[in-house]
Amino acid sequence: MPSTHDWINNPLGVVPSLNDVPLHYLKPNSLVKFRCLIQDMFDPEFYMGVYETVDPSTKAKVLRCGKYKDVTECGVDFNSRNTVTAERQTFYCVPIPGENPWVKDISSSCHSSRVVPSTSYVPSRQKRSYEEDDDMDDMDTHPTEQHGNGDCKRLETEAPSSQMTPASHLDLNFPLPGEKGPSCLVKVYEDWDSFKLNDTLEVYGILSVSPALSALADEKDASSSLLDPAECMETAEEQRVHSPPASLVPRLHMLYAKTLPHNNPLLPSAPLEDNSAFLSSTLSEMASVRAELLTYLTHVLLGDALAAEYLILHLISNVYTRRDVLPLGKFTLNLSGCPTVASYTERFYQIIQQLVPCSYYLGMSLQNMNQMRLVPKKDYVANRLVSGALQLARNTSLFLDETQLEQGQLDTTGVRNVTALGNLISWQKVDYDFNYHQMEFPCNINVLIASEGRSLLPSDCQIHLQPQVGPATMEEYLSSIHMHPQASSQLNKLRIYLSVARLLDYSISDEMTKSVEDDFVDMRKDDPQSISAEDLHRMLVVARLLSLSLGQTSLSRDSWLRAKHIEALRRSRMEQHKCVNGNEP
Amino acid sequence: MSSPTSTPGGRKRGRNANPSTRKFICFSVFLPNEVDMSSPLMYGTPSSRVEGTPRSGVRGTPARQRPDLGSVRKAPQVDLQSEPPSADGAVASEPNAGQKLVIWGTDVNVGTCKEKFQRFLQRFIDPTSNEDENAGLDLNEPLYMQKLEEISVVGDPVLNVNCRHIQSFDAELYRQLISYPQEVIPTFDMAVNELFFERFPDSILEYQIQVRPYNALKTRNMRSLNPEDIDQLITISGMVIRTSQLIPEMQEAFFQCQVCAFSTRVEVDRGRIAEPAVCRNCNTTHSLALVHNRSAFSDKQMIKIQESPEDMPAGQTPHTTIVYAHNDLVDKVQPGDRVNITGIYRAVPMRVNPRQSNVKSVYKTHIDAIHFRKTDERRLHGLDEEAEQKLFTEDRVQTLKELAAKPDVYERLSSALAPSIYEHEDIKKGILLQLFGGTRKDFSQTGRGSFRAEVNILLCGDPGTSKSQLLQYVYNLVPRGQYTSGKGSSAVGLTAYVMKDPETRQLVLQTGALVLSDNGICCIDEFDKMSDNTRSVLHEVMEQQTLSIAKAGIICQLNARTAVLAAANPVESQWNPKKTTIENIQLPHTLLSRFDLIFLMLDPQDEAYDRRLAHHLVSLYYQSEEQMEEEFLDMAVLRDYIAYARTYINPRLSEEASQALIEAYVDMRKIGSGRGMVSAYPRQLESLIRLAEAHAKVRFSEKVETIDVEEAKRLHREALKQSATDPRTGFVDISILTTGMSATARKRKEEVAQALKKLIQAKGKTPAMKYQQLLEDLRGQSETAITKELFDEALRALADEDYLTVTGKTVRLLA
Repeated sequence: MPSTHDWINNPLGVVPSLNDVPLHYLKPNSLVKFRCLIQDMFDPEFYMGVYETVDPSTKAKVLRCGKYKDVTECGVDFNSRNTVTAERQTFYCVPIPGENPWVKDISSSCHSSRVVPSTSYVPSRQKRSYEEDDDMDDMDTHPTEQHGNGDCKRLETEAPSSQMTPASHLDLNFPLPGEKGPSCLVKVYEDWDSFKLNDTLEVYGILSVSPALSALADEKDASSSLLDPAECMETAEEQRVHSPPASLVPRLHMLYAKTLPHNNPLLPSAPLEDNSAFLSSTLSEMASVRAELLTYLTHVLLGDALAAEYLILHLISNVYTRRDVLPLGKFTLNLSGCPTVASYTERFYQIIQQLVPCSYYLGMSLQNMNQMRLVPKKDYVANRLVSGALQLARNTSLFLDETQLEQGQLDTTGVRNVTALGNLISWQKVDYDFNYHQMEFPCNINVLIASEGRSLLPSDCQIHLQPQVGPATMEEYLSSIHMHPQASSQLNKLRIYLSVARLLDYSISDEMTKSVEDDFVDMRKDDPQSISAEDLHRMLVVARLLSLSLGQTSLSRDSWLRAKHIEALRRSRMEQHKCVNGNEP
Repeated sequence: MSSPTSTPGGRKRGRNANPSTRKFICFSVFLPNEVDMSSPLMYGTPSSRVEGTPRSGVRGTPARQRPDLGSVRKAPQVDLQSEPPSADGAVASEPNAGQKLVIWGTDVNVGTCKEKFQRFLQRFIDPTSNEDENAGLDLNEPLYMQKLEEISVVGDPVLNVNCRHIQSFDAELYRQLISYPQEVIPTFDMAVNELFFERFPDSILEYQIQVRPYNALKTRNMRSLNPEDIDQLITISGMVIRTSQLIPEMQEAFFQCQVCAFSTRVEVDRGRIAEPAVCRNCNTTHSLALVHNRSAFSDKQMIKIQESPEDMPAGQTPHTTIVYAHNDLVDKVQPGDRVNITGIYRAVPMRVNPRQSNVKSVYKTHIDAIHFRKTDERRLHGLDEEAEQKLFTEDRVQTLKELAAKPDVYERLSSALAPSIYEHEDIKKGILLQLFGGTRKDFSQTGRGSFRAEVNILLCGDPGTSKSQLLQYVYNLVPRGQYTSGKGSSAVGLTAYVMKDPETRQLVLQTGALVLSDNGICCIDEFDKMSDNTRSVLHEVMEQQTLSIAKAGIICQLNARTAVLAAANPVESQWNPKKTTIENIQLPHTLLSRFDLIFLMLDPQDEAYDRRLAHHLVSLYYQSEEQMEEEFLDMAVLRDYIAYARTYINPRLSEEASQALIEAYVDMRKIGSGRGMVSAYPRQLESLIRLAEAHAKVRFSEKVETIDVEEAKRLHREALKQSATDPRTGFVDISILTTGMSATARKRKEEVAQALKKLIQAKGKTPAMKYQQLLEDLRGQSETAITKELFDEALRALADEDYLTVTGKTVRLLA
């Protein structure tokens, strides 16, 4: 039970979250929160901001407010002079795509311990509309006594899945296949221009699941055969998308929303700068945690420490700004030479999944490339943006498994998909398909390409894996990777480390600028071919990420030298590899 | 006063398919108890039906209903002095009945309004008009009177009125038109008909003239529509994304008594039909049945409009709006068209469910279209200045002019271009001039067609010299830019292709990148990787600026007035300074000569440059937020600056400038002539003119002056120096670009051929010689190195002279 103290310190902490608590446990018209991504923006709508009702018996007129509500009270006087028309905007929001199970577990466990059962767990009859009549009975019997931690949590996380079964006829438009969770129509009352597509938000708002909404929609369906085409300015598809049954897609009337810079539940919710205690304690541990992570990743990468070093840099990379068209700070890594035995890449991905809050595994098999919808496309019939796998939240790790690629022909979709991936990597943007034109949406996605040879996609940095494990023992070694028990506290430390390193600020002093310039000029003097402007670009990114990975917020001489050193190692390895394999470019 | 609703109450429309039954009628009649649904702006009470609209002087020409305005002819007028407004009783509808009368809910007095509009029609003169619609009209005569005359001749009873004209003539009338279009437009109709039939009493029209105002300045952008715009006249621009099928909408219902066959007509009022309960003839109750095929219907179509991509803020999805087109506006637009729509913005509450007491509190909005204007139609067929015209606020124009007045504006703009790319100032200047373009000249009268105004630029150079980045930047900067990669595009992707529309099964011409970038810039990356087939379509585009298509029975010529910005990599992945441009990039010289400027982007490899580059890159990585902000502003200013100059500035050559150009051209030809080479062709002169004009545009100058020519000359020479230098002699030689071979190389070839001929002649009468032997002999004799290629070429030259033939490994003498 929350104490008054909780309320004062963290008044929003006790608000139940749509992400964790199944919809039918939430009271309609109560305050809830929702961690989500703006998947689509619908047209603004006009509604009755203020209206007057007339009591049919007494003829008494009452002025009412229509804000934060979907449905009006009875007996609206349409001819009243006091009616005020107001405008609001609707966003279609989905849970953050690719959010890893550990994030969900941790965030729901911190809530369920705090949530008051009496306010949020009262099963309210009306929400159990006909869509979900079956297979819910077992829940219904004892939710009130289930506020113990373990049992309740399990049920909570399971509940959405059972809820989803009837939804199969309704495409909830999740960017990634196989995603689950509630999607929501968020009504925004002010400042909607400040939100952008693909923003990750935490929305606090009033939940509206009025069965009247579904009834209205149903009524439409039933009578649609009699409807006159002029009335039906919306097609059936559009109708379904824009007013789905409220029991499946609840409405959320936004009171307050904050954009999330990250969705790691282990970090305090306040911005890092405001939380100096946390920041300094993490920073002091940074170097040691880094060493730990390096050992772990070296182990995962078959004993290749250099590759592990680069993997860390990749995992904390982040597009921190854009100079005209050039995104700065991205660090796409191409890990070539991945063994194809014992589904190594899948295992490798599972480990990354344990470390980062959001990730997605895309097997680049021919079939996937030819059939998957990567780029979101506008569907004008249903009037919505049909999502694609590249509609991802910021800082999502996209794992491209090129070892899955076999010989064969890419068809038109395939070529388009590969181009889209190439654009994503080079410019950090995705061109959404609006049929008559394309529209460019900037993104911030960490792309990691695992391949046998050099990848067919561009990358900022390529490193060839040098396994320290013989092919004979590979199988055995691989199976042991996963056995490596990582205590969850240990894992949490690594998770915090990666998220914090990404959020740190960074600067280069004038002195260091000078010394970097000198270095560059010197290197060019010896051999102009040895380093190009592009190489300097990469070195600067490597130096930046290296400093951040050590918890340093400005470039030091040491870090610069170290960056130069590992770059040299990597290049020499590439040279070597070039000699071994003639068809490398 | 009628309510502004125009959506019919759902089930009111009769169905043509099934014969009317009593049951159906019952279902479709007006239920008085039902909650009245009308506009959210409740300024009206249910109107009384006023019969007999003034038709004086109209001589029985039938009035046609205007569903786009709702049922307007019933607007009651209210005497301001009499209180409360008496809606019942026959309100005086004669236009001149009284000055105090205004239409209920508005401040519009019919009489005054009519008079004002008639005065406007009779007197408005716009001598500066350049609208194509007014082509052929005398600009010093009242404009709209001439249009009326046109109507009397052509017989198309539609009068399009530019709202901007009304505004400049009578601001008060304009305000009324914008605020109460539903009332004012019918008044305009009346006025114009009276005027028309007074003037042309004998003309016969199908129905009365309808006034269609357009170009209301109220709103331009869909995003800025808000509740205040409801029921007002607005103009928005957008792109048509979907059109519905034709919807017949009942305007007048025809009822017939089942008992006595007495018939009566009932007009649709706000989407409802009041079914007469009692037959007036035989007094039977509930005996009237609806006869569908004698009822009057009008056409209606639902059109969905989406915001045009240029109007969108970044990171948001485009908004859509529903538009209803009525009568002859139906099927005027197709999906994909860009249109300006003038119409009345409407909001209708969601339908009430009779079984449910509470209502969804959301309105449905749409626009009743009064006027369509396609903005891209003429782009395909001719010039369209107006569609290109961006509206600039006066402040903005002032800022731009201030900027233009600065002496270093050229340098400023070129450095604002792609600041993340280091140096390459001349290239940036070249691209800047490309963005502005030359002046368009039309010589079609004299048979030469129009001259190209666009500047084409080719960038070639080492990989990794940020060519692609430059292209990306330009593509992002210009409103109508296209970006393609030579590797991924086919000829059809660049030009146009024909496909079958899955819905209508019609053949549709889909335009490709070059057509789409008409009036813009087409950026083509990896130009060298393009297949020859694809490249060949560029020949036409880059000089004639058109695209000819003959496909699936569609033969047409599309405009593609696009500037091409291409980037090519050298064949050997690294630029070989010992080879010419042609040899390095292996592009046909016919294509190369169509580029005005060819730049090399090479790594200069010198210390000072390296240092500056390093500094630039490092600062790129830690620049503060404020600096970023500043720069972003620069990009917006740059964009506006270019748009403004492109629209409003059309420089012409001054006398001195022409002289300077002539001199420059003569000089260029002279450079080469000393060595037996030609270093300039008329194409180069044209390039110079274009560049000079573009430079004048940068200065916002209407005149091309000597300084413009100087800069054009300098830039042109700079580009030539880079790309047309003969690696053997070090001289600039334009023939490398025009014939693919430098003059020295050609001379050398001739020399070798002569030497070979002499050698053969010296050998005496040997009819056949060994190839290898001959090569070695020649090598022994010549003091310069003879490559096998050179030898082959010499042999070929001699074979052309019919001196010898080469068969396999033997060389035979002829004759």
